[in-house]
Amino acid sequence: MMVEVLKAGLYDTVQDLGRCNVQQFGMPYSGAMDIDSYKRSNLILNNTANSAVLEITMIGPMLKFHSETEICITGANLSPKVNDKTIDQSCRILINKNDVLSFGKPLHGCRSYLSVVGGFQTEKVLNSRSMTANITSSFRLQKGDVLPYHTTINKNSLKTEILKVDGFDFHKPVIEVYKGPEFNKLTSVQKETLFASDFTISSESNRMAYRFKEQIPNNMDAIITSLVLPGTIQLTPSGQLLALMRDCQVTGGYPRIFQISESSINLMSQKIFGNKIRFKCIN
Amino acid sequence: MTNFELEYYQFSERSILVEWPQKIDESILDDVLMFKNHLLKSNTKVILDINNAYNSILIVYKLTIDNINDEISRLKTYYLDRISIKKSVTTLWKIPVCYDEKFGLDLEDISSKNKLSKSDIIRIHSEQIYTVFFIGFLPGFLYLGGLDNRLHFPRKKTPRSQVEKGAVAIGHHQTGIYPNQSPAGWNIIGNSPINFFDPALSEPCFAKPGDQMQFIPISLEEHTKIKTKVLNNAYQLESEVYDG
Repeated sequence: MMVEVLKAGLYDTVQDLGRCNVQQFGMPYSGAMDIDSYKRSNLILNNTANSAVLEITMIGPMLKFHSETEICITGANLSPKVNDKTIDQSCRILINKNDVLSFGKPLHGCRSYLSVVGGFQTEKVLNSRSMTANITSSFRLQKGDVLPYHTTINKNSLKTEILKVDGFDFHKPVIEVYKGPEFNKLTSVQKETLFASDFTISSESNRMAYRFKEQIPNNMDAIITSLVLPGTIQLTPSGQLLALMRDCQVTGGYPRIFQISESSINLMSQKIFGNKIRFKCIN
Repeated sequence: MTNFELEYYQFSERSILVEWPQKIDESILDDVLMFKNHLLKSNTKVILDINNAYNSILIVYKLTIDNINDEISRLKTYYLDRISIKKSVTTLWKIPVCYDEKFGLDLEDISSKNKLSKSDIIRIHSEQIYTVFFIGFLPGFLYLGGLDNRLHFPRKKTPRSQVEKGAVAIGHHQTGIYPNQSPAGWNIIGNSPINFFDPALSEPCFAKPGDQMQFIPISLEEHTKIKTKVLNNAYQLESEVYDG
């Protein structure tokens, strides 16, 4: 009752809702980047809310299932196939023993969520199975890894239930933001540039932070080290915007100019390098 | 007791940031922790998590905040009530540190630029009692206040890409210990053989904000001995507990 990693993808991690109440120890929240797609993946299989899934980034892995189960894939469309036959997303897919799941061209979005009935039963550290550097024994999947799961499929369960969902448009460019604690220290020119320009996602973007190609000339002072959250956008002395994501530090010394709304953190997580976004203030 | 002028910000749909005056000061830390502990004790149903830094707390709620003005006004009342919480006991941790040249990569540099002998640096660094302000940057990285002026030293222009677990360092007016192998911009003066972070424990860090620390100089031999004990789970860290 396990999945075997025949070939690792670009960056595959096990994720759930992450860890809370441990930020006091300097630990990141972690957890699925696009929580919305993550939750839907579990919901379709009728899993409990915090079940562990596989977060797959851009180029997917090749996985062999050693026993029968059901899976569901949500989020980015990375051309998933079972035994080389294209499968649908956001629905239940029956998997037979020895089936091989693979991925092809990334068509839409950045991160895909693969859930399995009952969730993956991997290592749990401080109430979460989310893979995180320095906390779990590994921080991403590698060839040869195995992910255990329970095999208890009730074939009659919920077969007729259909989850109606709208199409997902990860192309939407607008990222909603709250003004950050240091927003008012920006000059009016800086504020205008921030709301009037497109920002291009840089290739140096990952689960810790997204970066952008465009810079904002800046001579704001550093602040006394203070608190940040996933979604906080900092402005560095060199004029770079850092949009902190789920694996970010819990404190930082750069001015916090924006806080991304929770739904826009999910949208941002589906952006790939080269995508353009625009900030819209919501308070 | 002073009531500080606090600033309240809506940070996101379910978090509020409270800020004290912008300086690093133990009387501010005491007030920050008093407010934080009062909220943690009285508001557990709606609050998911509260974290503090030098002069701020960030309150994360379980659900989206319904009305931000009502919530801030509730927090203001809690702030005025905080006196009801007595300061808890303080723990003084005795941290073994080996300042041998093998570990003290930047002792030479600090010694020549700050015009102090290496033994002066070690004496000044280990005489002082430091206060834990908060844990951030990396899991288990303690922000310590109280570094003697004579040891203030700028961060390195080019950070080292890797320092050893346990590296004891000075960065500007702060001192701290790298809990794991990590890139580092601070100046390394020694190494502690103990664990500052263990995710296998339900309390992954033994120290918490408000605790105190003193560094106890040890030899290279003692460092090796303690390290072996730590690996075998046979090392007992020394501490003193007293009423605040």
